[in-house]
Amino acid sequence: MTLNDRVVTTTCPFCGVGCTLQLHMQDDFIYRVTSPYDSVVNRGNLCVKGRFGYDFIYNQKRVTKPLIRRTPQKPGQRTQAFDLSEWREVSWDEALEYVADRLVEIYRRNGSHAMATYCCAKATNEDNYLLEKMYRAIFRTNNVDHCTRLCHAASVVALQMAVGSSAMSNTAAEVAQNDVFIITGSNTAENHPIIALQMKAAIQKHGAKLIVVDPRRVEMVNYATLWLPEKPGSDVAVFSAMAHVILKEKLYNQAFIDQRTENFQAFAASIEKFTPEYAESVSGVERNLIVEAARLYGNAKNAAIYWSLGIPEHSHGTANALALINLALLTGNIGRPGTGLNPLRGQNNVQGASDMGAMPWHYPGYQRVDDETNARKFEQAWNIEPGGLNRELGLTTTEIVSAIGPNGVRSLYIMGENPMMSEPNLNHTRHKMEQLEFVVAQDIFINESGAFADVFLPAVSWAEKDGTFTNTDRRVQRVRKAIPPRGEARADWQIICDLAKRLEARLGRPNSAGWDYQHPSEIMREIGTVVPEYRGITYPRIEQTGIQVPAWDENHPGTPYLFAETFPRGRGKFHPLEDARMAEMPDEDYPLILTTGRVLEHWHGGTLTRHSWLDDLFPEALMEINPADAARLKVVEGSPVRVTSRRGSIVLRAKVTQKTTPGVVFIPFHFHEAAANLLTQDVIDPQAKIPEYKACAVRVSPAREEELANPEARQVRGRY
Amino acid sequence: MIDSITLTIDGKPVIAAPGTTILKAAASAGIEIPTICYHDYCTANALCRLCVVEVEGSRVLVPSCVAKVSEGMKVSTSTQRVIRSRRTILEMLASTVDLSEAPEIQAYMHEYGAQSERFPEAEQRLSPVLDDNPMYIRDYSKCVLCWRCVQVCAEDAQYTHAINFSGRGFETQISTFFEKPLPETTCVFCGQCVAVCPTNALKPKRQWLLEQGYSPDEIMSLTRTERRRRMRRETAAEQPASGGKS
Repeated sequence: MTLNDRVVTTTCPFCGVGCTLQLHMQDDFIYRVTSPYDSVVNRGNLCVKGRFGYDFIYNQKRVTKPLIRRTPQKPGQRTQAFDLSEWREVSWDEALEYVADRLVEIYRRNGSHAMATYCCAKATNEDNYLLEKMYRAIFRTNNVDHCTRLCHAASVVALQMAVGSSAMSNTAAEVAQNDVFIITGSNTAENHPIIALQMKAAIQKHGAKLIVVDPRRVEMVNYATLWLPEKPGSDVAVFSAMAHVILKEKLYNQAFIDQRTENFQAFAASIEKFTPEYAESVSGVERNLIVEAARLYGNAKNAAIYWSLGIPEHSHGTANALALINLALLTGNIGRPGTGLNPLRGQNNVQGASDMGAMPWHYPGYQRVDDETNARKFEQAWNIEPGGLNRELGLTTTEIVSAIGPNGVRSLYIMGENPMMSEPNLNHTRHKMEQLEFVVAQDIFINESGAFADVFLPAVSWAEKDGTFTNTDRRVQRVRKAIPPRGEARADWQIICDLAKRLEARLGRPNSAGWDYQHPSEIMREIGTVVPEYRGITYPRIEQTGIQVPAWDENHPGTPYLFAETFPRGRGKFHPLEDARMAEMPDEDYPLILTTGRVLEHWHGGTLTRHSWLDDLFPEALMEINPADAARLKVVEGSPVRVTSRRGSIVLRAKVTQKTTPGVVFIPFHFHEAAANLLTQDVIDPQAKIPEYKACAVRVSPAREEELANPEARQVRGRY
Repeated sequence: MIDSITLTIDGKPVIAAPGTTILKAAASAGIEIPTICYHDYCTANALCRLCVVEVEGSRVLVPSCVAKVSEGMKVSTSTQRVIRSRRTILEMLASTVDLSEAPEIQAYMHEYGAQSERFPEAEQRLSPVLDDNPMYIRDYSKCVLCWRCVQVCAEDAQYTHAINFSGRGFETQISTFFEKPLPETTCVFCGQCVAVCPTNALKPKRQWLLEQGYSPDEIMSLTRTERRRRMRRETAAEQPASGGKS
């Protein structure tokens, strides 16, 4: 049978790389995905998620009608409802009227601080802009955040402190121009697979040298010149010791330090104590390796640093990121092609959601909410009376959860996120979620968080709506509607506009903040008027190829790399550092360190990928453990183990592998059957408010086969 | 260093940069040379020989996808000898491989007047469809051994090295090591191989099911157990075939 071949070009919904996809369809069924070989980001290459993982959109568990809970929920007794029988199908009108009534009731009674929303790094720029606008303009609250808080918040804060900007400084493809590059806290081959291909080619074909600093022997170590197997949480010591060596051996760039930086003396003094010997005692990395790494990085002509969540997701995440920034400033490896500070962003649109102000301290475009000029600017843009917008910093993701209670946050509007999988210390999160008075979930599946909701609003998937995503190297790219919405599902921006009008009517607002858009391109035009970096982004300009922000006006070509002449804050600032360790050190009762992360086949809380055939390839949680620890604990490959921390306990199978170092176990957090975040702790970085996902103390003991949630789910795999 | 080379292709003077292949130089002059194994994105290996041309002074036909231009070279892309050679290659392919889903090769067959029955005694290369994973199927009866899949799995893109040639001569086939099912190999299911396959020997599983007449709803209602049962049954059925082949 020959199939029809209707093709729509769009952008991948999974990771921050932002690959171009071509969806091949018969009727409304996507049966094949390809990518053009001249695509600017990925050159025709895709990973398993982009090429095969889109089938969640057809999953029969998808909810395509608005739902209201049959049993009214009360604070303190809120339950999870996964089964459709616990819900009543209603019309959009009924669902939105009900949401508007309840939200307005709580807002009138308890005020702005009772309102909070989670925006979504998977949704489009336009969706996120409107949701933060709705909460700021209508509920006058800045309690707006999204999962960036749980991933790169500390990188963002550190970069803001040191250089005044918070994104990858360079284009990912510039890795081909690196002589030397460092990957730290990133399993790039699994989590940014297409950037990893460019890195592998840079090494194999262009002679670049790679230094990996990571407690896990991740796949990129196979390509590395040096691997520094540090203990989790010892990044400050290792990178500061590298700076120490660079200073002692005079490998620094004096001209760059003089012309472009400040605070060098204080930094140099603080680095004195970080000798390689000291770093070895803290991190377990042999001192000679640290010296060699310092020389390699310090002598390079073009050197770059790529990092992911192993750096920020610590109780001292900001200090970790500052240690990396110090290295780049010291050697002048920033502001040129093939250099830079490159936090690899996780979600397809986490850069965009952050740019759109889906954060509690900033309006769109990183304009602080406590700055009077900014507030007045947005009051004008949104037709709000002077002084109407809230000038107080809002609560972050983790703080929103903590603030739930009678005098705190009473209602939560969740667009697409899944805090019940992604927050740390889930037992605590569960307890807090139960206390909420009213919860709205806007999603495509009833996930662990949506199951707590009073109302479920069925949104469309990325294949059913128009919009834009901003990828990790700041490229704003089109997302195109390829198929009509499934069932009665609606685009997020349409749901928000419809609800916002109902809210304004109830509150009797004299002026509307503006919710009449015919198409997302009109929302983008509005974004351009309030976010200077996006002024040059219009749909016609990005029809063929995305543009990298900042794009200051409609003739601006975009910005492949940042900081060529100067830093946004003027001079780059060195930050003196003190050593910092993980908050919970292993002890007799909990002798192992747990670190968490992701695998190639799955995505975060699993809402999408666990509803895809991807789940066949990786159907169960596996705990990676080093053979030395396994032998001591009498754990063999595939045997069930119980992992216990001070906060919770889970049972899953063990994978005995050299990929993890002795004393450290690794568990991916995608699996609700054995949720790694039941174990993690909610201690947060004081500056960035990011939790320490990457290190907590646990105990591992053999378990029985019957204790596994699904003993049948096994798939033998041969990949690294 | 010389920065340009002058040659003639089919009597036309052509100027090309040193290191350019004859194929590319011809394309720049608007002369199209047919190819099967060649892919712009992969390293050229001159395996299929469909792109051969005559070069004055050369005893044998020259594969234009790898042969570089040189000063004063005289190239003919469609002499009798070239055409006959291409036709024979197409006829040999058609007599052993299922080309039913290779529209580009079929178009060449038509263009060159190739007859698929030219070699009636030829043995078909038959192998069962390998359905050992949820992402894509491998139907090596349709494989022309162009090597693109092997290359993108290796240095041309993925550096994964999950597949390679196995066997020799007529028995040559693309295979995993020890013919292991794909999930048990280093395969990461990126599908770069599926994208470059010119004959649909590699195909996304949902496309394959759809072509077999399953409706989208039927495809999406297959439970994991059903998807796996199918996998096991097919694997069991394959065993004698692959066992008897060596």
